[in-house]
Amino acid sequence: MIKRVVDFFGDERHARRRHRLFYLVLVLIVIADFLIFREHAEYLWERLPGWSALYGFGSCVLLIFVSKFFGHQCGLMRREDYYD
Amino acid sequence: MTDFVHPGLLFILGAIPIPFLKGSVRKAYVLLIPTLAILAVLTMHPGGYGAARFIGQEIIMAKVDKLSILFATVFSIMALIGTVYAWHLTHAGQHVAAFVYVGSALGVVFAGDYLTLFLFWEGMTFASAYLVFAQRSDQALRAGFRYLMVHITGSVALLGGIILHGFATGSLLFGPIEGGLGFATCLILAGFLLNAAVPPLNAWLTDAYPEATVTGAVFMSAFTTKTAVYVLARAFPGTDLLVWLGTVMALYGVIYAVLENDCRRLLAYHIVSQVGYMVVGIGIGTEMAVNGAVSHAFAHILYKALLFMGAGAVIHVTGRRKLTELGGLYRTMPVTLALYMVGAFAISAFPFFSGFVTKSMVVAAAGQDHRALVVLALTMASSGTFLHTGLKLPYYMFFGTDQGLEAREPPRNMLVAMGMAAVLCIAIGVFPQTLYALLPYPVDFEPYTGVHVTESLGVLMFTALGFVMFLRALDPENTISIDTDWFYRMGARRFMWLAERPLARYEKAVSDVSETAALPFLHGMARAGLRIDLHGVDAFVNGVARSILRGGLALRRLQSGVVTHYALAMIAGVIAAIAVFAVAWR
Repeated sequence: MIKRVVDFFGDERHARRRHRLFYLVLVLIVIADFLIFREHAEYLWERLPGWSALYGFGSCVLLIFVSKFFGHQCGLMRREDYYD
Repeated sequence: MTDFVHPGLLFILGAIPIPFLKGSVRKAYVLLIPTLAILAVLTMHPGGYGAARFIGQEIIMAKVDKLSILFATVFSIMALIGTVYAWHLTHAGQHVAAFVYVGSALGVVFAGDYLTLFLFWEGMTFASAYLVFAQRSDQALRAGFRYLMVHITGSVALLGGIILHGFATGSLLFGPIEGGLGFATCLILAGFLLNAAVPPLNAWLTDAYPEATVTGAVFMSAFTTKTAVYVLARAFPGTDLLVWLGTVMALYGVIYAVLENDCRRLLAYHIVSQVGYMVVGIGIGTEMAVNGAVSHAFAHILYKALLFMGAGAVIHVTGRRKLTELGGLYRTMPVTLALYMVGAFAISAFPFFSGFVTKSMVVAAAGQDHRALVVLALTMASSGTFLHTGLKLPYYMFFGTDQGLEAREPPRNMLVAMGMAAVLCIAIGVFPQTLYALLPYPVDFEPYTGVHVTESLGVLMFTALGFVMFLRALDPENTISIDTDWFYRMGARRFMWLAERPLARYEKAVSDVSETAALPFLHGMARAGLRIDLHGVDAFVNGVARSILRGGLALRRLQSGVVTHYALAMIAGVIAAIAVFAVAWR
């Protein structure tokens, strides 16, 4: 069972189904976020349906590029023999 | 029947017979001790045990309350899991070190006074350093020494703080520190923050953990930082500084994790990030926040160990640790991958996994405390956590480019240990009330609300979308990252350069001058002195001696032995005396 699930995520022949499933999940999450009942919202963004999706995506992209900027432009990343 | 058995001493004393046991007896024995420790923790009652007086101070070996029981519970469970994972080891050394390490951590958790705490604190440092040294590679030895040096520096600060605090308050009992941050409390706090790996005091962790043995790193990931979280929760709840340090920490670890190529170093940066949540919780200091911090520590120990076990299994089987050299293992190690992913879902706080019910408590507490910026930063760090531990690391380790590595599932005991941790990660996620009941304060928090579930899934799955879209930007690179260890690694090198170049040159110049100028001069002086001695002083002394001898010989002739000669001489003398007297008197 485990092997079949793992293969679904690894094998190239399942790539199309994998992508479709992934985008379906994304759409469902956003729809659910619109439908859900919000009892009380302390902050402005908590009242905004779909905010978490936007923030998650934005955070991810920001983290990737800010980190790589630090790594490459600010000299945090060095050759492996740097300390040798 | 005694009502309290110290589980820490059970481990430390229980470690002594291990080297003398062989084969299956040892294998049974190493499982027996953690099992007994779990029983000891489950049956203990709150109270103070082992009170004594030492150098005029009150000492309490074990102070048991809900907070210490919570940490002791997860520590002893973790010790059992770690021991199962290390069950195949044939050398006794690592078992002994791990037991002393766990025992010391439990000693800190129960310590009722600073002296007991410090004693066990040091025990942890030395025992855990052995787990790095046991790897035996040159790299590991160097990292181990750096680890020791940093921790000893921290311990000196802690001891200094303890002594000053003791003088100021007159008591060494360990408890909440009141009256703001003085110099003594700052030293104590610095000692604690170093072990919690709060930047800029974090580099020892990410430097040493990836160099430890496969099994040793699993223990290390669980105990040192979490005992630090425990002592912070005990002594510094509600210290506002911790909120900011923790927030920075949560993002710091995530940013470095993007750059990292070593699989266990990536996970180590996520310890920094996750401990950040706990530090924030303690800093906020409300009941809910402290509950969140310590419950997150509980969950974190289990899922982080699971992640380290998964990465360790890959290293154990393939001998490789860099993401650039790994890939395509999903075909040969599907069970390892599945168990690793349980840990990854737990750390990322997916619903029905442990992180979901603990991490959210810290974030919610920050929200209730009106700290919007902290909430946003911690949510961003959550996104980064899933990005690395849940997506990047498994993708490049198990999927990605197939490196054609010959691999198989790790030994059965490793899989069993991972399975135990995985079951607990899911159990905590599904039945959070069991964990909530152990927390120091009553819990008024419901993690499974519709908003919370959709929000979490939104953040996480759209992080995955970002990952899929910018996958190529995340490709691991064959580099290392400069962290604050740069200061002491390069500082030590500069110092050695100073000692080897300018200082050594100066020393050589001084010795050259003395050899070319001073030494010949001194030789000449010595020769001249010798000559004067031989020809001048000696000749004079010999001459005087010879004259005296000659004089003596002449005088001897006067002694004829004839009485009339002597009488004559006396008369001549008397006459001479009278003559002199008469002349002189005039």
